[in-house]
Amino acid sequence: MGRGPSAFNIVSVVLGLAFLYAPIVILVVYSFNASRLVTVWGGFSTRWYAALFQDRQMLDAIWVTLRVGVLSATIATVLGVIAALALVRGGFRGRLALAGGIYATLVMPEVILGLSLLLLFVAAGLPRGFWTVTLSHATLTLAYATVVVQARLRSFDVGLEEAAQDLGCPPWKAFVLVTLPVIAPAVAAAWMLAFTLSLDDLVIASFTSGPGATTLPMRLYSQVRLGVDPKINAVSTLLIGLVATGVIAVYLVQQRDERHKRLGLGHT
Amino acid sequence: MRRGRVGLAAILPFLWLALFFAFPFLLVTKLSLSHTVLAIPPYAPQLDLSQGLAGLKVFLDGLDTTTYARLAQDRLYLDAYLSSLRIAAMAAVLLLLIGYPIAYGISRCPPGLRLALVMAVILPFWTSFLIRIYAWIAILKPAGILNAALAGLGLPPVDILNTETAVLLGLVYAYLPFMVLPLYAVLDRQDESLIEAAQDLGATPLAAFWRVTFPLSLPGAAAGALLCFIPMAGEFVIPDLLGGSETLMLGRVIWTEFFANRDWPAASAVAIVLLATLAVPILLFEREQGKVLS
Repeated sequence: MGRGPSAFNIVSVVLGLAFLYAPIVILVVYSFNASRLVTVWGGFSTRWYAALFQDRQMLDAIWVTLRVGVLSATIATVLGVIAALALVRGGFRGRLALAGGIYATLVMPEVILGLSLLLLFVAAGLPRGFWTVTLSHATLTLAYATVVVQARLRSFDVGLEEAAQDLGCPPWKAFVLVTLPVIAPAVAAAWMLAFTLSLDDLVIASFTSGPGATTLPMRLYSQVRLGVDPKINAVSTLLIGLVATGVIAVYLVQQRDERHKRLGLGHT
Repeated sequence: MRRGRVGLAAILPFLWLALFFAFPFLLVTKLSLSHTVLAIPPYAPQLDLSQGLAGLKVFLDGLDTTTYARLAQDRLYLDAYLSSLRIAAMAAVLLLLIGYPIAYGISRCPPGLRLALVMAVILPFWTSFLIRIYAWIAILKPAGILNAALAGLGLPPVDILNTETAVLLGLVYAYLPFMVLPLYAVLDRQDESLIEAAQDLGATPLAAFWRVTFPLSLPGAAAGALLCFIPMAGEFVIPDLLGGSETLMLGRVIWTEFFANRDWPAASAVAIVLLATLAVPILLFEREQGKVLS
């Protein structure tokens, strides 16, 4: 019946978004500042980007981080899709325990997760490095991936998959050919989220990493502790650009998917 | 029969969580009952299974609660514990006060705009947490952007970096999307006709909000508050970067014990105490989520 937003509603939303975005905008703007001082605008410059690409340690850290991110996000997404199927369709006894584990991971303070994973690797005699960080990140992001896929699966009509099976399709093939294409945008979003979280994590990586596997947040953290450095703004801006592009791409794919559904072109 | 297929595959994530999430907590518990020694790894006793049951007995005899006794005697740990809970609770209340009008405002917008606004709230969460907190250092430091802006307005400068105020600001900033989303989810689902009915029966818009919308949104408020409070109580990055040396929080204590003091048993004991404290909120959160699931 169209009770539109009141002036108070509009002001709250605008102020809220301003609060969320102001620091990010400031960060991006100052990455192009010629001056080293954060309060002085010394003109437009890309010198910090040039300096960044000469910083060998930073580039190494970026490379490690990207590899860990891609690998751990892939593991987390595969496991997350299975876990989401199990949670939504049920049919096995451990469902509640699985749900409990997923939600507990979601809220568990990172220091506790990091410490406990480290102790596991020490007890197992695994040398700390690339693989231990990857396994740890897969564990952390598995919960997020599950929640994202689960939200989409709940509105999916199982009847479609069952129809395929009634027509003689084996269950795994029915899943791959019928369900997977429908939930694909959610799976992509889950992967993106897992990748971003891995890219972002300082605490768990610090506990579980070893020599030669310093990730970008670990490198940034040691720089930040030394004070504000415009090179950090430059690398942050690149990261924000990368992630924003990915998120907007997923959003557009989802929108197209929705539009197809509304027009009856897709799979409904 | 088909459902059994999912069940079989579900063992994979189940085992993964059992190995990488549940089992390590046993190791943390064990370590919290151990002692620091100058060795690699830096704690004793070690379980030596090659000696069979005798090895297990020596190992069990070596465990005791001296680490906990040591923590209980030191004022620093108690202070850090209390201020962690206090700061996380204050931040959760602030988040509710700030997040509610935003979530409510979004739910009142036209449907087409709502999705875009929800995306806009989520998007900052996708950019690096560390970097967003770092941005606040440049804003809050004495010669930073905030004070430059205040000077421009002819106002006196403020010095809040390295104080509890800065930590609260950082927590509210970083966790705001986690508060807005669950609130928005309940507000968006609400049946519009309930409000209409209340207004038809003579309630003013404000009374209708207060007696209908608000009570119905409480599950979302509870979910949001728990979703924020639990990780905030163990937060490390925000108190470390914005809080200076005076803000003690347990996440930082665990970090310092582990990395600076190499006291693994103390770090583990603090982790166990924090975990035990958070067990109730975690179970409450799981119950809320369980309702959504069924």
